[in-house]
Formats: sequence, structure tokens, C-alpha cells
Amino acid sequence: MPLTLLKYGLKRDYVPHREIPATPDLRRRYDVVIIGGGGHGLAAAHYLSKYHGIRNVAVLEKGYLAGGNTARNTTTIRSNYITNQSIRFYKEAVSLYEDMSHELNFNVMFSQRGQLTLAHSEATLRSFHLRAEMGKHHGTRISVVDPRQVKEICPHLNMDEGGQHEILGGLWHEDGGTARHDAVAWGYAAQAARRGVEIHQRTEVLGFDTSGDKVSAIRTSRGTVSVGHVIQAAGGANQHVAKLAGIDMPIRCFPLQAMVTQPLKPFLHTLVSSANLHTYLVQSSRGEIVIGGGSDPYQLISTRSTLDLKEQLAHGAVQLFPFLHNVKLLRQWAGITDMTPDYTPIMGASPLKNYWLDCGWGTWGFKATPVAGKYLADTVANERVADILLPFSLGRFEKMALINEMGATAASH
Amino acid sequence: MKIMNCPLNGPRNISEFTCLGPVHDAVDAQSVGDAAWCHYLFYQENKAGIIREWWRHTPSNYYFIAERHTVTDEIIATYSASELPRIENKS
Repeated sequence: MPLTLLKYGLKRDYVPHREIPATPDLRRRYDVVIIGGGGHGLAAAHYLSKYHGIRNVAVLEKGYLAGGNTARNTTTIRSNYITNQSIRFYKEAVSLYEDMSHELNFNVMFSQRGQLTLAHSEATLRSFHLRAEMGKHHGTRISVVDPRQVKEICPHLNMDEGGQHEILGGLWHEDGGTARHDAVAWGYAAQAARRGVEIHQRTEVLGFDTSGDKVSAIRTSRGTVSVGHVIQAAGGANQHVAKLAGIDMPIRCFPLQAMVTQPLKPFLHTLVSSANLHTYLVQSSRGEIVIGGGSDPYQLISTRSTLDLKEQLAHGAVQLFPFLHNVKLLRQWAGITDMTPDYTPIMGASPLKNYWLDCGWGTWGFKATPVAGKYLADTVANERVADILLPFSLGRFEKMALINEMGATAASH
Repeated sequence: MKIMNCPLNGPRNISEFTCLGPVHDAVDAQSVGDAAWCHYLFYQENKAGIIREWWRHTPSNYYFIAERHTVTDEIIATYSASELPRIENKS
């Protein structure tokens, strides 16, 4: 082994193996073009190339690979939703994560350590009971726990007995977990690239040519390509890109901010969140405490952070774990979330026959990476929206068939 | 801290205000069709640039209009809602 290593080290013309090839020139035509090189788009490319034999695929990314919301979220994977449609969908997302490292032959560091959501009021506890029963009905591992059990699950929590934010109980979701976001995107990208999918970084979509009710070509910053099908999975730019295709979206953009502390010894095994405090915390495998929280209070199309929101995050974190008060922050950032009126994504058909949507992922997109990719690929391959995606259509707004998941996250309310 | 100029109370800390979303035309709920009603309820202005919004100074419950740039996060102007027709006619 050391000798082989030495031989490679001294060899002048040794070319190291690249899992993601350099961006090639654009071909004139692709069967499928995926707009957005984040987790969702790359997952769709993987499923198209591996399970449907569709390999003449290009992923167009305006910036660099997985540099948008895939890199900016706080990597919570869970299925503690409240409507039948959502639970069914996110439950499959969790089970796909359980098998992802094997599927991709790439360690995505999935760590299923459970998520604990805290209740500081009787009203929250009541809503937890409903949420737990809905989850149990669908076979997810979820239950309401009392303060004693909360202490057992997370001994370092400040229970704040008699205080303003006393912990009266929690929602214990054992299926919850976390994974390494970069590994998820890179794993999908590497698998797709190995099967012939082209990944075009720094390639911006500028417009569409349509004939009848179909997109015939996409104009990009590096030339025009004709297309069979298009999948739009552009994260914070979803509304902008849809507008280029002449599609109106019920989306407003809000920044979502997060930050991490310096690495600490492992003490926080579970994911902890509190909707009242607009805070959630998880300790990464490097030991850093990842702190996420509420969206900005008014809409912006900007990734600049604000001191106000960072103070709010720090306040929530110190309330739950007072000993974090003198811990230093290492990094902070913001992402642009594409929020829908009912806090549920928009997937499936669009007014254009060969243009498929994967939009409105707001603050809840990372956990759905594999399942969205899987069923979008299925949809494109069969030219028919997969059954599990039907409730999430753009048309649901006109039919007043909204799927209210406003309470499903600690982020936005 | 960001300061917003309230037309009634003068410059105040932005934490005293609530954003109520973009200004858009009202529709007649009795006569409007499904598509237009849906558009009125769920589709809002989201452009990267200057948008016109309803804001409220929360402690005094005073509603007014603000023009804000959604990329630079600058507050361009604030004025009383009574000035809205005059300004909309001009633009």
C-alpha cells in the first residue's frame, strides 16, 4: 500500500479520480433538462438514470453544485406532519434516507437519533396529541411525552419550572434524524454522472421557447438546447424561473437564517425544537451546535443575515441550554425560501405539457430530497403525475384543496 | 437595529411594526370567478425590486403603506394609506 501510494505520488501524469466531471459543452438536445443543481434536481437525475434508463439528461445550475438551499438548511429529516397526504409522502422520505448510503454507495452520515419538539403551553400539547395520533395511524414512530420523559430523552434541557417557557411536555418522534447535506447532493450527483447525466454548473436559464403548450427549447447563458421534458427544481429562484416559462406561482420569498457554534463535546443526542421560541438545535457529527429558527418577518430576495434574527436564535438556544451562553459562533448564513400559502410544496404538472414542477419547498425541502427526486423521475418517465404527488398540484389552490402544514415546522410561525 | 419611519409616530424601531403583505387590488367576492378569487387570495407580488406593502405600527394599531426594496432591504418611502390612490395614479 505505501509503495503504491508513493508510486502515484511521484507519477507526473497521474489524474485523480473526479466523481463529478468538469462541466462539458452543452449538447444540442436533451431528453430531460433539470433546472437546479441542488439535492432535489440531482436526486431526480439519479432516479431517471438508474431506474428509468433515461440518461440523456442535463442538470443546469446557475451557481455551483448544491450551493443554494441544499447547503443552507439545517438538515432535519422527519415525518411528524399532520395531514394524510403529507405524512404518507414524508414517511417514505424518511425510509429512503434510511437506505440512502447503501443506494448511493456514499456515506451520507444519516443519523436517526429522534426529534424532540417541546411544548410550553397547554394549547401546544393538545396539538401534539393530534399530531401523534395522525402519525401513529400511518405507522410512524411518534408519541407525546411528559416532562419526566423529556428529561430522560434530553437531560441537559432547561425545564424552566415555574418560568415563562416551562416545558410541559414534548412530541417525541423517534424516526427523526439528520444527514450530511453535501454528501446527499454529492452522492446523487456522482451516481447520476457515472450513468451519463451531464451536470452544467454556472449555467443560468435565461428563457424558454415554446410551441403550443410545450417547451421546445431552453435559452441559457451558455447556449440554447432543445428539450423533451423539463423539471424545475430551482429552490429560492422557483418563482423567477417559472415566470420565464410564463407560469404564475403562489410563492413569496423569505430569508431563513441559521448559524453554528464552535465544536463541543457530544452532549445533545436528539434534535430539539421549540415552536414557541422559534428555535431548533442539533449537534452535528463535528460537535458544532447547529441553530436554526424563524423566518425573517417580511419578504426579501436576499441571503444577507440580520443581527435581529441572530439575536433571536441565540436567545432561544440559551433559554433551552443556558450553558451555551459563552460558546462562540463559527459561521452564520441565510437562504431564500420559496414559501407557499399552505406551507406545502407544489409538485407535478404545470400549464405546459412537458414542464414539471418541484417548487414551493420553503423551509421544509431537505428531508424530501430522495422522495421528490424519486417521484418526479417516475412522473417524467411515465409522462403522468405519480399518484403520491397528485395532492400537491399547482391546481389545488383554485380548487381550495389546500394542505395546511403551517404547524409542521418551528421555522415560520 | 433597523428604523422605520411611521407616518403617524415618526422613526421607530422596526420591531414595533408588523408587515401585512403586498398591496393588491380588492375584488368583489360576490361576483368574482373562481380563478380570479384564487388569484386574489393566494398570489402575491414577489418581485426582486421595489414593492408596495401594508404595514402596521403595532402599539398604536396604525396602518400605512411602505415601499421597500426586496433585494437591498431598504425602506424607500412610507406614507398614509389615504395617499395611495394619488401615488398609484402617478405610477
